[in-house]
Amino acid sequence: MSARAALPRWADVALLPVVCLAIALLASGGVVALVGQNPTQVLVALIDGAFGSARGLSYTLYYATSFIFTGLAVAVAFHAGLFNIGGEGQATLGGLGAALVALWLGPVLPGWAMLPLMLLSGMLFGMVWAAVPGYLQAYRGSHVVITTIMFNFLASSLLVYLLVNQLRAHGNVAIESAAFTASAHLWSAREILAFAAVDWPGSPLNASLLLALACAVAVYFFLWHSLSGYRLRAVGSSPGAAAYAGIDPRRHVVQAMAISGALAAMVGMNEVAGVSGKLVLEFVAGAGFTGIAVALMGRNHPLGIVLASILFGALFQGGAEVAFEVPGFSRDMVVMLQGFVVLFSGAMSYVLAAPLARLLRAVVPEAAHG
Amino acid sequence: MDELMLASVLGSGVRLATPLVLCALAGLLSERSGVVDIGLEGKMLFAAFAAGAAGAATGSTALALVAAMGVAVMLSWLHGLACVSYPGDQVVSGVAINIIAAGLTVVLGIAWFGQGGQTPALPVEVRIQAHWESAVQAIAPLPWLGPVIGQALLGHNLLVYVAYALVPVVWFLLYRTRFGLRLRAVGENPHMVEVAGVSVRRLRFAALGLNGLLCGLAGSYLVLAQSASFSPHMTAGRGFMALAALIFGRWMPWPTLWACLLFGLLDAVAMRLQGLELPGVGTVPVQAIQALPYLLTVVLLAGFVGRAVAPAALGKPLD
Amino acid sequence: MAKAGPPALCMAGVHKRFGDVRANVDVHLTVAQGTLHGLIGENGAGKSTLMSVLYGLHPADSGSIAVFGQTVRIAHADDAIGCGIGMVHQHFMLVDTLSALENVMLGAEPHWYLPQAAAPVRQRLQELMESTGLRVPLDSAVADLSVGDRQRLEILKALYRGARILILDEPTAVLTPQEADQLFTVLRQLRAQGSTVILITHKLKEVMALCDQVTVMRAGRVVADMPVHEASVEGLAQAMVGRKVQLERPDLSAPAPQQASPVLQASGLEMRDAAGVLRLCGIDLQLHAGEIVGIAGVSGNGQSELLDVLSGLAAPDAGALQVLGKRFAAGTWLDPFSARDIGLAHVPEDRHARALVMDFPAWESAVLGYESLMQYCRRGWMRAGAMRRATEAMMERFDVRPRKATLASRKFSGGNQQKLVLARELGQNPRVLLVGQPTRGVDIGAIEFIYGQLRAMREAGCAVLVVSSELDEILALSDRVLVMYHGRITGDVAIADCSPERLGLLMAGAGA
Repeated sequence: MSARAALPRWADVALLPVVCLAIALLASGGVVALVGQNPTQVLVALIDGAFGSARGLSYTLYYATSFIFTGLAVAVAFHAGLFNIGGEGQATLGGLGAALVALWLGPVLPGWAMLPLMLLSGMLFGMVWAAVPGYLQAYRGSHVVITTIMFNFLASSLLVYLLVNQLRAHGNVAIESAAFTASAHLWSAREILAFAAVDWPGSPLNASLLLALACAVAVYFFLWHSLSGYRLRAVGSSPGAAAYAGIDPRRHVVQAMAISGALAAMVGMNEVAGVSGKLVLEFVAGAGFTGIAVALMGRNHPLGIVLASILFGALFQGGAEVAFEVPGFSRDMVVMLQGFVVLFSGAMSYVLAAPLARLLRAVVPEAAHG
Repeated sequence: MDELMLASVLGSGVRLATPLVLCALAGLLSERSGVVDIGLEGKMLFAAFAAGAAGAATGSTALALVAAMGVAVMLSWLHGLACVSYPGDQVVSGVAINIIAAGLTVVLGIAWFGQGGQTPALPVEVRIQAHWESAVQAIAPLPWLGPVIGQALLGHNLLVYVAYALVPVVWFLLYRTRFGLRLRAVGENPHMVEVAGVSVRRLRFAALGLNGLLCGLAGSYLVLAQSASFSPHMTAGRGFMALAALIFGRWMPWPTLWACLLFGLLDAVAMRLQGLELPGVGTVPVQAIQALPYLLTVVLLAGFVGRAVAPAALGKPLD
Repeated sequence: MAKAGPPALCMAGVHKRFGDVRANVDVHLTVAQGTLHGLIGENGAGKSTLMSVLYGLHPADSGSIAVFGQTVRIAHADDAIGCGIGMVHQHFMLVDTLSALENVMLGAEPHWYLPQAAAPVRQRLQELMESTGLRVPLDSAVADLSVGDRQRLEILKALYRGARILILDEPTAVLTPQEADQLFTVLRQLRAQGSTVILITHKLKEVMALCDQVTVMRAGRVVADMPVHEASVEGLAQAMVGRKVQLERPDLSAPAPQQASPVLQASGLEMRDAAGVLRLCGIDLQLHAGEIVGIAGVSGNGQSELLDVLSGLAAPDAGALQVLGKRFAAGTWLDPFSARDIGLAHVPEDRHARALVMDFPAWESAVLGYESLMQYCRRGWMRAGAMRRATEAMMERFDVRPRKATLASRKFSGGNQQKLVLARELGQNPRVLLVGQPTRGVDIGAIEFIYGQLRAMREAGCAVLVVSSELDEILALSDRVLVMYHGRITGDVAIADCSPERLGLLMAGAGA
């Protein structure tokens, strides 16, 4: 802790993540160069692809939406002292929950009743999928990291089984469910902005973005202004002090995982209700793991998470564009970058903090005292 | 179940358990020294890729093995840099290694070989062959025992035997040597070891080095013995199963071996249960069988591990 | 007594700083061969740091070290051991899961193959046990050894590695007076055999009884160094603190009057810990309003468990409790929340892990345990403004520095943290106050303030229970002293009848 503590607070919160990102980019750039691409060319194409057009921006924000959900999920769990790697599985279950309601009640209910029900159902499914490992950790001592990883595999098996055997539309060869009725669709950005007479290009961006931002605000107030949030943070920071205060750590561990699962589950609303309009395989597409990177970069604070999500959304969108233009470049480069971000901001931040503190002291002497 | 089926399942189980055994032993050494190792999956994956790439490029089994072990050792030492030399979070570091491995192996695979991330199929000379085939033929005529022992125990490739032989080797290392004594001590009370004049860092890095070698062997096995090439994400969670087996084995070599064999057998049985009709249930879905090892791991963790005692200093950075 | 020849140890001009804290400033220390040398000072005076530098745990920033006349460079514990320096730490450096023999062997195994390495080690240890009189069962797991045995093992470990200079850090902190006497006998024996012993302690009476020479440190510097026959307890105390110390009871003759009916009555408390060991055996206890009851005893005899049970942190296996009008029995025990509700406050022994959330800012730690009270919380939402104002008032009332409510709790010094905790607990005007180790890690000025606050609580009619491993503190504060030994209360003595000897016997389980 000593190296990090030597940094003044503003450097610890804002500068260090930027430095970590820069190094992660450098490392990835190195790999890009190694495989014979031009890193600067790739980077420029990436930025252009992400922000250079309304369509690109739209896609960036659409990706960011899912990352906000999973990033918030990881952050809430972190504040309770837990590492929730199960975002993938919880998001899968969230989509499943939403889809089941859509398929079952879609023909019967109108939109204003369907969408909240789908959301609730998805949240409930995700909540349970996270609460079980949470319960096992709190009451049985089973390490939540391992159980959530196992639950990820179980979730994907479950999804495959249901799609192949139960939910597949009749006579359909593709492994996906029947299409939802119109009442089960979330409005897309294009539709919403059309009301304001703004012509916005078609894209997967939909109203879930507003839901994600609302969640970020809600998580902020929950963690730092509510009684439950106070107790949750106490449990995560000092279980002994929490017990002394009469707070039951076990209850709050389960509660934190449940909230975490519910947040991750909302990825289902984005993908299943907002974009595809049906349940497909692989709709989560790694958002759970990106959420870890986003939470670490965003220092587990909702504001940081939103910013980091936009950053990663840009990387994914830009990466897709670059994959079109630059031969040999694939989306896996972004996965790799994500890994570097987790490595440098998560595990190696201490390695970087000491030289950074020295540098700061040399450059700005009065900034040395925190 | 007739004897041929039994033999086949046993043989399969032994082979499927091999990478688990190697990874679990790797994790054992690391965790006994106090360093959590979530990154077994990523190291095995990267080692597999290295073996596939090096094997395809050089046509030499030896170089493929060296490449695999070298890569895994480097990743282990990177983990060490973050968590042993500095107080980084050990779980986060492991997760980072997994994600980096998943992405980087595909990136390099596409860049170097172009087949969507897959390495070219290795020719037979490079792959590790079955041993003692003649012995298998020889005892085949024996009723019942012949096929069972033949297919279950003999006729495997060299790496399988090496892996199982490493279990008593690791046991000996841990409980009968000076290094092993120090390793066990450092996982329980690193301060004590430091004031006794032994460097905790050097011990942990040594453990991580051995961890890398074993993960390298595990990855090599996948590409040189099991299939013939690397394909993206081919480890499919085996690293995590090895970790679960290690925990189930209470961080001791022999119980861990039995846990790995159990998982291997489950995997083997799963493949054969496909399409099987169970009374009252109907056809067992493929996915249920595939999910069984993971489900079993959760059940085991929920039921038993609550009482297993991890090395006391596991996961805590030395300050 | 002292041997002729170069001094065993000569440290000159040693400086050591940790960030902004200057732990050792220009320290000179000379220890003659074959002597028992006392190194005394308050918590934070720099004595432990100096010995850590000597043992190679932290390299000095500057200065020189000469061992038996030879200048040496000590960068690692290995180097110190090579010079013949051995150290017995305050918190034992032993691996519980290994045997005593394996613990001694570690780091100095004569052979890579363990079975072959064990034989010569065992033989040498037998020789050492003969010559020093220290006996330890070599093949038992350390987890099964008693505290006294573990300390003996630590000394054997140092001697096995060839220590000619033995450093002991607060060795009697975990011993009864009788066990301490046994240790002193061993130390005198070692001195007679030519070893040099450095004793780090803050117990002046030990130094006077045992040592030949004493060095006093204060605020990182050496402030006094003299042969013991030229020193006095008062003089040493003054040197340690820098001014005249008044820690004695202001008024021994008038204990507070007791009310007839107790506000807290515990009967038949029994508890086993997670490993099944009996920690509390049939405890009966009464507290009256307007009195301070002290619990004396060596740490580890059940005091911590008793505090946990009385405060609701743990439930006993058997027994009953009647406190402030409410009854509790073993199956339906008190919990910390309801304890606070009925007016029972608890200042825990472990400040870092229990009393405060170190990462929380002071204004959040200041409501810990009371966060759901109406003054801090309305319908599930915290009232940040009210919390901050309350914290500022607490800091003002108890002189907590710096007066920054937004500063992280861990950034306050030990004394200020303890004052904040007291402010929080006393601020709720409890009727019963449980206090564990009130002045551990607290500087001298804060100690006097804290004693004053506890006495003020007594005057106001609160029933105060103080647990402390410092007998002097118990004697300074209590109206009545209970002594615990092996989970039982072995004595209930009014303050006027207390003497260290009598209490020492009770602490060792003998006498009544």
